[in-house]
Amino acid sequence: MDKRQKKIRNFSIIAHIDHGKSTLADRILEATGALTEREKTDQFLDQMDLERERGITIKLNSVRLTYKAKDGEEYILNLIDTPGHVDFTYEVSRSLEACEGALLVVDAAQGVEAQTLANVYLALEGDLEIIPVINKIDLPSADPDRVRQEIEDVIGLDASEAVLASAKENIGIEEILEQVVEKVPPPAGDPEAPLKALIFDSVYDPYRGVITYIRIVDGVLKKGMRIKMMATGKTFEVTEVGTFTPRPVEVDELVAGEVGFVVAGIKNVRDTHVGDTITDEERPAETPLPGYRRINPMVYCGIYPIDSSDYDDLREALEKLELNDASLSYEPETSGALGFGFRCGFLGLLHMEIIQERIEREFDIPIITTAPSVVYRVHKTDGTMVEIENPTHMPPQQEIDFVEEPMVRASIMTPQEYVGSVMELSQNKRGTFIDMQYLDENRVNIIYELPLAEIVYDFFDQLKSGTRGYASFDYELIGYKTSKLVKMDILLNGEPVDALSFIVHKDHAYHRGRQLVEKLRELIPRQMFEIPIQAAIGNRVIARETIRAMRKNVLAKCYGGDVSRKRKLLEKQKEGKKRMKHVGSVEVPQEAFMAVLKIDESK
Amino acid sequence: MLPRAIYLHIPFCTNICHYCDFNTYVVRGQPVDDYLLALEREMANTVERYPPDRIDSIFIGGGTPTVLEPDQLERLLEAIQRYFPVWSEQIEFTVEANPGTTQLEKLKVMKAGGVNRLSFGAQTFRPDLLRRIGRIHNAEDIVRSVEDARAVGFDNLSLDLMFGLPDQRIADLEQTLLRTVSLSPSHISLYSLQIEEGTPFHTLHHQGKLPLPSEDEELAMYKLAQEFLSKAGYKQYEVSNFAQPGRESRHNLTYWHNGAYYGFGAGAHGYIHGIRYANVKGIKEYIKCSNRGMRPVGEERAVTDEESMEDFLILGLRLLEGVSKERFFHRYRRSLDEVFGHVIKSLESRGLLLADEARIKLTSQGLLFGNEVFAAFIGEAGKA
Repeated sequence: MDKRQKKIRNFSIIAHIDHGKSTLADRILEATGALTEREKTDQFLDQMDLERERGITIKLNSVRLTYKAKDGEEYILNLIDTPGHVDFTYEVSRSLEACEGALLVVDAAQGVEAQTLANVYLALEGDLEIIPVINKIDLPSADPDRVRQEIEDVIGLDASEAVLASAKENIGIEEILEQVVEKVPPPAGDPEAPLKALIFDSVYDPYRGVITYIRIVDGVLKKGMRIKMMATGKTFEVTEVGTFTPRPVEVDELVAGEVGFVVAGIKNVRDTHVGDTITDEERPAETPLPGYRRINPMVYCGIYPIDSSDYDDLREALEKLELNDASLSYEPETSGALGFGFRCGFLGLLHMEIIQERIEREFDIPIITTAPSVVYRVHKTDGTMVEIENPTHMPPQQEIDFVEEPMVRASIMTPQEYVGSVMELSQNKRGTFIDMQYLDENRVNIIYELPLAEIVYDFFDQLKSGTRGYASFDYELIGYKTSKLVKMDILLNGEPVDALSFIVHKDHAYHRGRQLVEKLRELIPRQMFEIPIQAAIGNRVIARETIRAMRKNVLAKCYGGDVSRKRKLLEKQKEGKKRMKHVGSVEVPQEAFMAVLKIDESK
Repeated sequence: MLPRAIYLHIPFCTNICHYCDFNTYVVRGQPVDDYLLALEREMANTVERYPPDRIDSIFIGGGTPTVLEPDQLERLLEAIQRYFPVWSEQIEFTVEANPGTTQLEKLKVMKAGGVNRLSFGAQTFRPDLLRRIGRIHNAEDIVRSVEDARAVGFDNLSLDLMFGLPDQRIADLEQTLLRTVSLSPSHISLYSLQIEEGTPFHTLHHQGKLPLPSEDEELAMYKLAQEFLSKAGYKQYEVSNFAQPGRESRHNLTYWHNGAYYGFGAGAHGYIHGIRYANVKGIKEYIKCSNRGMRPVGEERAVTDEESMEDFLILGLRLLEGVSKERFFHRYRRSLDEVFGHVIKSLESRGLLLADEARIKLTSQGLLFGNEVFAAFIGEAGKA
């Protein structure tokens, strides 16, 4: 190992949402001089508007920092940010693989949460050195001793040297950096060996093509080299290598252990696979790095342009998003009601919402999203099995022998006083109670087995409201289980609308159907004719509502010469229509296709 | 195209009705004389910049122009003649009047000043409904005002009526129509109550304390009025206007034909040389601007060709005769079908619009869903 490599530390921060990860990252950037005063917009690493607004991290980001430690030596610290939401466990595992250490940030008042736990286990699996940090010690409700004990009891880590910090008050930052230098091992890897670089992320830049984020495991990468993608076999000439400081800065070379980016005139999104290994074309490595397991989407939904002429733009948008987000998958599909669109797969509901918002905001394409569905396994009477991710494709009832649905093991951490409401909610969502552990005298970890489909609906929102936001929640897929499921069709004006079909448990069918048609009656505006709304299973109608016809819509008012005002009113009316989709002769607003998610179960 | 129509705004009333969101103020304590002087100055400044052509119509609206004292009215009318001296022979010169504010002396002053048409805000003949909406006149005032106007020599009278009022029944409207027709005005406007923000009715409505007729009842009222007035010899020529033959309001036709007009007074709107403008609304601000020799314009905007084409349809289709393809071509040098063919086709297929070689117009269904039709043209002119 050369001298330079010994001075490198690659680490990430793992934390539950709200435990102050982004603020801590900003303090670290400041303390190492990476941010100028002017750049101290809050939470530098959360670059997307969406990330700032929602206070979450979605994308990975990496920053190279220079830190002069107390031993008098200068170190290069590569901080790789991680997302903190249950949907993005896969992204976390990716960033952790590029590191040798991780800061485990725990809120001094709230203690260990479900998501923290999940990510710590990922880090431990990856043999990372974990440095516990108890953050927010300035809060009046902070109880660092209790939290220290909790880290030891619940996670099983030695927390005796845990750093007591407050990112907000700038306390403990230097100690954190010292511990990183001291405890996180320098990266292994041979600078003399043939190049092996792990692609852990990539972004598309309209001017430079694909910018690939890499961690060099062995060898050296420089400008002018010809590189080869080991999975696709494609070769490119390197035009730029650099690091993020956090601004991208070109460097002469990246050597084993370093983290940075490479630009190589890569035009096609599909030529860089996250998890692929980059090697030297002239002196290739023999075997690629293990890479990442390909993750299967958990939730699917249809995404359609409201204006069918936006179809090509929508495809381009998905292509670009996919480049940044390997966990997104999509395939063209056609709906009788919505026309041409895409069936898209997501890691979870938040992931889905984020993609939907990004398409509308960043690409400015008005879209309709259908209600999310999980992947069902339908065993037919002829002995074959089909996987159904779109309720429309459900075979007719008489051809079905039985149906299986995906199940998850959910762990819910909650203060003791909400145990009752958590269990009631889980029970309503067809959950099976598995276990309950007291973490301390006040906090409880409840384990339930739940159908994924129920979580996909509004489980998370209801959990939050039922526990005043105190519960945290994580889940893992545990397999499939036979269930009594039926397909519910929705008919508007007598015509079945495929995009509104959904799959529901038989025992809940009547209730859900009833609530859905009521919700649709509220959401679909009155039109010039009466519109019956029906919910049906097979040929049997189980619920019906009617949207009364609008009788007139004309302004019989004297506006005199105020033409502008008249025009503004009409513009508003027209704008409203743009957000509606014609389904047959009925104009249906965007929200209606998600109505099944908005049913208030308590009614 | 120089304006041949003039609108003048008198933003004063003795009291404000509960539904009203027009630019008007309670007259007591207002600097009315200063306001009239400012109006004169605005006319002077405007004609200096846009010298007037022959004038075809003048409309003094409000507010209540007839709250002005006879000498104030006289001065205003003189000023109009001074700045706009050339009138067409068939000029239509209307003043809005509230029943009960048209003493004989004022009527005579108006007659002498060239006014030849009065538009009375009758609204309804039911005394309890009049009180309910904040009007201060009663049914007898309406009858007396009409009789007095005729006595002075006004033969072109219009009555404004309202429907969809709180607690109004279909029978109430029928009675009002009967009494209106028995006065045989040459013109009748029929407006439906709109609940506008910032009015007492808006507040009451939000508190659920405004028992408005149902949509079905309101529709029945409209249909009743259409049928009743047609039998009585009034032809519906616009969404809310009915007239004896040849007595359609020429001034309002200017608006619906997307024509140009001067607008004077606080909050008045004008459309000159392709620019739509709105004056400042406050009385004091208006007076201040005019005194400084500035035009008191608050907002103005050049209308693009596309927008103008859309306005031509949005406004023109309010008329039952519809929009003439020839007139459209004459004005824009493009054919109506070339610009809006796709919209027209879709509206025809929905049964809202009728098109033939010469014109397009609303169907009877289209008349009830006018906003659907008008909105369909918004933003479409640029797409062809």
